[in-house]
Amino acid sequence: MITSGRESWTGRLLLIAMMAITLLPFLSLFVTALHPSGSYPAGLAWPADPQWGNFLAAFRAANMGELLKSSVLIVLGVVPISIVLATMAGFAIGHLRVIGGRVIFLLFVLGLTLPFEGIITPLYYQIRDMGLLNTRWAIILPLIGLFMPFSVFWMRAHFVNMPGELSESARMDGANVWQLFRRIHVPLAMPAISSLGILLFLWTWNQFLLAIVLVDDPTKRTMSGALGAFQGQWGTDIPLLCAGSLLILTPTLVIFLIFQRHFVKALLQGSLKG
Amino acid sequence: MTRPAGARASHRRPVAARLRGARGLVGWLFVAPALAFYAVFVLRPIALTFQYSLYEWDGIGPSTWVGLANFGKVFTDPDLYDSLINAVKLIVFFSAIPVLLGLAIAATIRRIAESRLALVARTVLFLPQVIPLVAAGIAWSWLLASTGVINQLLSLVGLGGITRAWLGDFSTALPAVGMIGAWVLLGLCTLLLLAGMSKIDPALYEAARLDGAGPWREFVSITVPSLRQEIAVCVTVTVIAALASFDIIYISTQGGPGNTTMVPGLQIYYLAFSEREVGMASALALVLMVLVIACALPIQWFTKEGER
Repeated sequence: MITSGRESWTGRLLLIAMMAITLLPFLSLFVTALHPSGSYPAGLAWPADPQWGNFLAAFRAANMGELLKSSVLIVLGVVPISIVLATMAGFAIGHLRVIGGRVIFLLFVLGLTLPFEGIITPLYYQIRDMGLLNTRWAIILPLIGLFMPFSVFWMRAHFVNMPGELSESARMDGANVWQLFRRIHVPLAMPAISSLGILLFLWTWNQFLLAIVLVDDPTKRTMSGALGAFQGQWGTDIPLLCAGSLLILTPTLVIFLIFQRHFVKALLQGSLKG
Repeated sequence: MTRPAGARASHRRPVAARLRGARGLVGWLFVAPALAFYAVFVLRPIALTFQYSLYEWDGIGPSTWVGLANFGKVFTDPDLYDSLINAVKLIVFFSAIPVLLGLAIAATIRRIAESRLALVARTVLFLPQVIPLVAAGIAWSWLLASTGVINQLLSLVGLGGITRAWLGDFSTALPAVGMIGAWVLLGLCTLLLLAGMSKIDPALYEAARLDGAGPWREFVSITVPSLRQEIAVCVTVTVIAALASFDIIYISTQGGPGNTTMVPGLQIYYLAFSEREVGMASALALVLMVLVIACALPIQWFTKEGER
């Protein structure tokens, strides 16, 4: 392609500027986290005596080990159940074309853009009546339901494109519907399932509203939910708050950097389909 | 997978007969669990929101039927009404800035697609999308504080006169919160638009160049029209993010100063769980849900039209 020197030069400058703006908050968190605990540092100045111990202090103060465990438990509750149920429903609606499937699908589509704040009030009373307030189930069970429209939408999109001949020949060989699903279609759906898993992991891990409304004990929340409590408690100790924020955003960052290409692909497809 | 049409038809009939069971009861067994979760944790709460919105209820004692009075208050009580207006204003920041800037950045990255810089930029710009919004809120609260980096940089370039506590100032709090949202959503828009650009036939650009089109002309006449679908997706996602914003505002301003950054999501939270106005909270929640659907549907339709 023909590009003039000046064009690509200004382009590069724009990119570098945008990257600097993107990284600035991370850099600011990092530098501030190294200042003495309880101080009120000014801007982006490297501390004379970097306090690496702040990370350990924040880890202890926020009970980070418990938080990590809690987030993992919540993710382990939400993601596998959502995937199994959505894959089954997507298979029935998209591939078996179950009678009345179109209506059911439209019902799910209705929930695609639902803002969680819209139903948080009745959800609170419902979870209270179920006796689940302040347990991890209060986050796990509603999230499965709330993610279901997207999950079914996503899996249906995969199954709609699976050729009918595939099932026909399996049926000729005497497979029943469950075997057809389990042996033929689930293995073929693995790429769609793993993308969905990445998205659900990210959305569960970062869930804030449900965590702060339905669970009072920060150590039973998601990490992001606990950060809200942490901010209330340590809001005046800026270096410690910054160290805590960095610790809490690190797990998603690390997982993102490892699975980068899958993440980007999943999130882009996710928004295109949603 | 292609087979002669005749073979296909002869296979289909008996199998179709056997699949009939799968399309009925057996198939429904596959759908039922997903539907049950959806019904219990989404559909039922939506129905209850309807019901609550017609009552005055403190969440504990008996409730009083008030008809549509709660909805009347949503549109007349300045606190509630302003939160809706603020959400609409946030669209400018959450949506317009990421989409426009995203277009410029994506066009730039496309030009230098093979370079290392482009690869690094794709990763870096996407980072805000994967971290919790709460962490973004905390990081930016500190950047925008009176002694924060933003003011430090402004002083450095001789703009010390305009420094202030950006999130605490009545006139700048909403734009400041908006900038945080723009920062979060920019990467997603950039990559979505970039993915769309990679599908544009390069021959179009070469033809345009031969006709003497400059980069601007090329951008307006080829890039933007080819990206209709991607732009629509970006607008939908970001508009919903603006209307349903909660995390960033809860952390950075709590709706203040005054009510300048109050948004419906936060207002619902306060009404239901601090002020014990469950009916009002539900009425506002319904208005928010309708607003989101009203914004999402036309954009989706527009996209579908574009595909034809």
